[in-house]
Amino acid sequence: MSDSLIPNVLSNDVGNPVEPFLRSDRMPHIWCPGCGIGTTVNSFARALIESKIDLQSLALVSGIGCTGRVAGYVKLDSFHTTHGRAIPFATGLKLANPKLNVVVYSGDGDLSAIGGNHLIHAARRNIDLKVICVNNLIYAMTGGQTAPTTPDDSITSTNPYGVFDPSFNLPHLVEAAGAVYVARWTTFHVRQLARSISEAFKKKGFSFIEVISPCPTLYQRRNKLGDGLDAMKYYKEKSKVRHGAPTSEVGLTMTGEIVVGKFVDRDRPDYQTLMRAQFAESLGERFVEQAEMVCS
Amino acid sequence: MKADPRGVLTGVHFIDGDHACCEGALAAGARFSAGYPITPSTEIVERFASRVPTVGGTFIQMEDELAASITLQGAVWGGAKAFTVTSGPGFSLMMEHIGYAAMTETPCVFVDVQRGGPSTGLPTLPAQADMMQARWGSHGDYETIALCPNSPQECFDLTIKAFNLAEEFRVPVMFMMDEVVGHMTEKVVIPPADQIEVVPRRHTRKSVEDYLPYETNGDQVPEMAHAGEGYKFHVTGLTHDERGYPNMTPPVQDKLVRRLQSKIRDAADRIALIEEEQLEGADVVVVSYGITSRVAQRAIEAAREQGLRVGKLRLITAWPFPEKKIRELAAKVKAFVVPELNLGQMVREVERAAAGRAKTFAVSHAGGGVHNPQDILKVIVEASR
Repeated sequence: MSDSLIPNVLSNDVGNPVEPFLRSDRMPHIWCPGCGIGTTVNSFARALIESKIDLQSLALVSGIGCTGRVAGYVKLDSFHTTHGRAIPFATGLKLANPKLNVVVYSGDGDLSAIGGNHLIHAARRNIDLKVICVNNLIYAMTGGQTAPTTPDDSITSTNPYGVFDPSFNLPHLVEAAGAVYVARWTTFHVRQLARSISEAFKKKGFSFIEVISPCPTLYQRRNKLGDGLDAMKYYKEKSKVRHGAPTSEVGLTMTGEIVVGKFVDRDRPDYQTLMRAQFAESLGERFVEQAEMVCS
Repeated sequence: MKADPRGVLTGVHFIDGDHACCEGALAAGARFSAGYPITPSTEIVERFASRVPTVGGTFIQMEDELAASITLQGAVWGGAKAFTVTSGPGFSLMMEHIGYAAMTETPCVFVDVQRGGPSTGLPTLPAQADMMQARWGSHGDYETIALCPNSPQECFDLTIKAFNLAEEFRVPVMFMMDEVVGHMTEKVVIPPADQIEVVPRRHTRKSVEDYLPYETNGDQVPEMAHAGEGYKFHVTGLTHDERGYPNMTPPVQDKLVRRLQSKIRDAADRIALIEEEQLEGADVVVVSYGITSRVAQRAIEAAREQGLRVGKLRLITAWPFPEKKIRELAAKVKAFVVPELNLGQMVREVERAAAGRAKTFAVSHAGGGVHNPQDILKVIVEASR
């Protein structure tokens, strides 16, 4: 990304370049020291600067959990929905007002366990949503229970003798379901993450960006993996950038290699494009394009 | 304001209650529905899916009722009038999102074409056993509005009413049909659009600087903004203050939840609609709703032929319950007779409102059919003694 952006913003007497994107009156946030969610929000805000996206047309939808709280901290039209249902809410928002850029920002448990069905169906339909999935490998808000993403042998509060059920490889899952853009970074890769988010804004269709993020309070402490800084060292040492890597090969383990990069970038008509084409063909002149739905 | 003529199929039709409900939604301005197939309600969204691309709107079939019931709320915040349609098992799955709509004050309509339960029960046969669920089904304290049509014509008329009430009070409105009313085919008159009154969204006129999403101005119902208009507002299912910000303290909880309740309760007399007949001088009043009100009519007439003084009170609005009316009647009549296709739901409300001043007789039916009018008549005769 262009470094020149930062001095430009600073010259407007703003203390932090991402501050205009945040609800400062809601600070301090609830996230723990060493948590990576705030870092992802920083990258997200930098992507907004970089992509010069119209903030008025941008809406952000979260589910429930630590990452679910992102919606409350961004100065955007923002919706903190129910557990697992950020994607279907965002689907309704996007279909009712196709001019909106709709971002879904939520955690691994929210999106892939309770919301797993919606995740695969939104990818299948290719709804034009940008999904940012902060994967801290655990249910953090509720105290460190096993998630579908928790790697084998991890200790969690609900698997006190070690996790034995296989975890999801999220990039593989969403690629198989139909996503047009799939990338993974860690919270060490702040610039690459911002660039991926900017790229996703340019794609029409279902985009999915997984961000591996530390949970020092629950996941790392229980598994003797150190603090937030140790997580950064691990991400730095064990991450391997492999753009275009087959997603079947990017599964995660507790201490092994983390394959990062852009795995999928393809084009497929999105839901609304297909819908309009179908209606135009079948109904001809009887088809009435959806007007502004605003019913006031 | 008047209905948008594009959605109004003006004319005289011979259609069933499900189709009439769909036409009511279109006339009311609904341009979005998210649904999941379930008997005996599916015909509503099938018709909507066929009609809505010709009037400028969207239907999406979702992967389950959990999705359908929140997708429609996303559409509402995107500016649409929206609804979903289901039956018992799906209604159960939608409960969390009925609570979300109540908490976030998202105007929308949930149609429940009731069938026999519990669980999968009787998919193709009627019941009225979701009446308490419509009132109490989601966790926490909240109020909803529930309407009970008893004919295809009312499926049309009251669906418009349901959308209007949803917009006026910013609540989820339950539209409690039953399998018989849904599948009954009768004459339905759809008036010209300029004769259909439609309540618009309570959209704020305030500037971005002055707008607080959950600030009320006297009438307890806040003004809405839609995504994409520059208000940059926040909506959450957490307990929130006037800014829409989470504030999980007992005083904020108390203020919010009491307002969610009182905005409906304070207007209950105006919202609660009943149909009454010969209540003056009645010894016994039959309280019924939905399809059962039509079966009860025969029993009432038979009782009158026997010289009994029987009044009829039909609940058009089940919630808020017309408590005041029942209380007043209880001081004058001997008894209430309450037939319903369940083992005793609305009868509890009648009994509570009567507060011992008049007797209350339930005529229960487990569902799967309608009452034999003779069974209702027997109880009317017994109650008249």
